[in-house]
Amino acid sequence: MTIWASQSEAGDALTIKVQGRFDFSAHQEFRDAYEKSQEPTQQYIVDLKDTTYLDSSALGMLLLLRDHAGGDTASIDIVNCNSDVKKILTISNFEQLFAIK
Amino acid sequence: MDGLEERPAKLNILIADDNPTDRMILSRIVQSEGLSVIEAANGLEAVEAFKKHRPDLVLLDALMPEMDGFDAAKHIKQLSADDLVPVIFLTSLTDADSLARCLNAGGDDFLTKPYNRIVLKAKIAAMTRLRNLNKTVLAQRDRISGYNKHLLREQEVAKCVFDNIAHPGCVDAPNITYILSPMAVFNGDLLLAARSPSGNLLVFLGDFTGHGLPAAIGAMPVAEIFYGMSLKGFAMSEILKEINRKLVQILPAGVFCCGCMAHFDYRKNVISVWNGGLPDAILYRSDSGEVEQLPSFNLPLGILKPDQFKVAPKELECAEGDQFYMCSDGILEEENIEGEMYGEQRFLDVFKNNTDPSLIFSEQKSALDAFRSTDDQGDDHSLVEIIFRQEDAHETAQTSVIATESISRDWRFSYELRSETLRSFNPLPLLTHIIREEPGLSAKSGELYTILAELYYNALDHGVLGLNSQMKASSDGFAEYYRLKEKRLLSLDGASVAITLDHIPKDNGGRLTIQVEDSGKGFNYKNIDVGLESNSGYSGRGIPLLHKLCERLQYHGKGNVVSVDYLWEYTNKLLTKAG
Repeated sequence: MTIWASQSEAGDALTIKVQGRFDFSAHQEFRDAYEKSQEPTQQYIVDLKDTTYLDSSALGMLLLLRDHAGGDTASIDIVNCNSDVKKILTISNFEQLFAIK
Repeated sequence: MDGLEERPAKLNILIADDNPTDRMILSRIVQSEGLSVIEAANGLEAVEAFKKHRPDLVLLDALMPEMDGFDAAKHIKQLSADDLVPVIFLTSLTDADSLARCLNAGGDDFLTKPYNRIVLKAKIAAMTRLRNLNKTVLAQRDRISGYNKHLLREQEVAKCVFDNIAHPGCVDAPNITYILSPMAVFNGDLLLAARSPSGNLLVFLGDFTGHGLPAAIGAMPVAEIFYGMSLKGFAMSEILKEINRKLVQILPAGVFCCGCMAHFDYRKNVISVWNGGLPDAILYRSDSGEVEQLPSFNLPLGILKPDQFKVAPKELECAEGDQFYMCSDGILEEENIEGEMYGEQRFLDVFKNNTDPSLIFSEQKSALDAFRSTDDQGDDHSLVEIIFRQEDAHETAQTSVIATESISRDWRFSYELRSETLRSFNPLPLLTHIIREEPGLSAKSGELYTILAELYYNALDHGVLGLNSQMKASSDGFAEYYRLKEKRLLSLDGASVAITLDHIPKDNGGRLTIQVEDSGKGFNYKNIDVGLESNSGYSGRGIPLLHKLCERLQYHGKGNVVSVDYLWEYTNKLLTKAG
C-alpha cells in the first residue's frame, strides 16, 4: 500500500492516489496526504486506479476526508474504481456522499 | 561508549581454566580492569560456581579434565535460561572447526591464547552490552505481557457489561438460526431480535467499522434503543431513525454501522426490510424456490444527520415458511488459499442448488468452511436465517405479572391526531404506555396493542386515506398500496383520527372501551355481517381478529366510528385473559 498526493498547478485541487489494498494500515498516510497539504484546497480527487481492495475502515477514512473538506459542502471525486471497489462503495451507497466516476 | 563504565555494580566474571598459570594471568588482567573474579579449575567446578555465584560473564577454557568447556557451556546456558550470560571460550586451538565448535556449544565468542589485554577488554565490554540489551528486552517483554493480562481482565469485565446490554433478545427462538464469529473478545457484528407488543418479530444485524472495543462501544446504544423502543411498540422506521441519530451524535467521523433490519408481521404476512450497507438480504420463497435479493439502498447508520436520514423500508408480501437471510460482508470476503474471495455468486449458488429448504443454512455453512483455507477469519462474519413462522408470539410478548393487589381504576382518555401528526407520528406507543399504567392491563398490552393497531390503521388507511384493502390481494397491488399510502399522506389536509379510551372497574377486573373516529366518509356497515369469520371484505383480515379479542365490536354513525369492549379480570392473582 502506497499513497501519493499531488496538488494541481493552480493549487486548488488535490489528487490522492492509493495503490494496493486500501485498509486500516493506510490510516495515517491517507490522513497525512490531505492534512499536510499547504494550499487551500477546493476540490479533492481520490484516484483508486491502482487500488485492489477496499474495506470498511477505508470507507471510514473517506468519511474523515469528507469531514475535513467541509462535510455536506465538500467536493470530492472518487475516480477510476475497478468493479470490486465500486461494488463496495455501492453497497454502502457512498454515491450519495461522493461523486463516484 | 564503554559498557563497563556504565554499570555501577562491579561485574562478576567466572574464569575456568585447568592451567593454574593461565588462570592466574587471566585473573590479573580482569581484576586490573576493576572486575571481581571467581575461579574454577575444571568444567564441573565451573558449573557449581555458576550455580552459587551467578556471574555476569563466563570465560571458559575449551579443553579441561572432568568436564570440558563444551559440556560446561551447555549446562551453564541451560541454567541461565532467559537470562543472557555470555560465555567466551578460551582456546589455543585456531582451526576453523574447533572455533565453530565453541560457538555451536552455546558459546557467544572465543578468545585465542596467548591473551591480548586490549582484545579481552573490548570483548568483555561487547558482551556486557549484549547482556544489558537482553535485560532490557526481557523487562519490556514482561511489561508487555503484564499489560496484556491487565487488558484482558479489563475486557472481560467490560464484556460482561456489554453482554448484559447488547443481549441477544429472542435470537434463540426456534425459527432463528445464526452464526456470529468474533475476532476479538468483542464482536464487531451485532445481532438483535425482539418481539413487539403485537407479537411481531424485529431483527437487526449490524456490522461496525473496525473490531473489538471501538465497535462494541457503538453496539451498546444500538441495543438499548432497539430493545427499549421495540418493547414499547415503536415502528421499525422510528427505531432506525433513533439509532442513526444516536450514532451520529456519539461516534467519531469515520466510524459507522452497516446494518439490515427486518420486521416480520405475522398477521399481515408482510416482511419489511431496510438495508444500509450490508450485502443483499435474501428472501427465499419456500414453495417456489425463488430467490429475491434485497440490496442496500441506504447509507449505513451513523453517517447522515437526522434531518437527512429518511427511512423507506421495502415491504414484501410473504407466506408461512418463507426463509429470510442476512449476512455481514465478512462472509463474502472470506479468502481461500489463493487469496480469492468467496463472493456473492457462491453464496447464491447454495440457494440455487438446494433441494431441501430446511438444509439451506447448514449448506451455506459447509460451503463456506470448504472454501476457507484456514481457521483464521479475515473479518467478523455473521449469517442469520429467519423462517417466517409465528412462534408462540403472544405468550412471549406478554410478561406474566403477579399482581400485588387487585386494583382497578375509573378513567377516560381522549386523543385526537390531525393531518400533520397523522403524516409522521405513530400514536401506538403512547397509547400502549397509557394502558400499561392500569395495573390489570399491563400484562395484556400485547393483545391491546394488536387491537389498537388494527383500529388505528383501519381508520387511517381506509377511513382517512380511502385505500382499499382489496388492492393488497396481488403482489403488484401490494406495492401500489404502499406507494399510494405514502402519496396520500403527503397531501393530507383537514383530516383527523380521534381515539378515546374509557376504563370502568368491574368485579375483580374491568372493562376498557376503545372508540376510534376518523374524518373519512365512512361506509355502509349495515350491509356487512360484522360477525363474518372471513378474510375478505371491506376491513380485510383485521376484523375477524378483533372479534376474537374483543367482547363487542360496533360501528356507529355513517361508518366512520367504531368501538370495541375489552373485558378483563384478575384470576388467582395472576393476570390472564378474561372470558
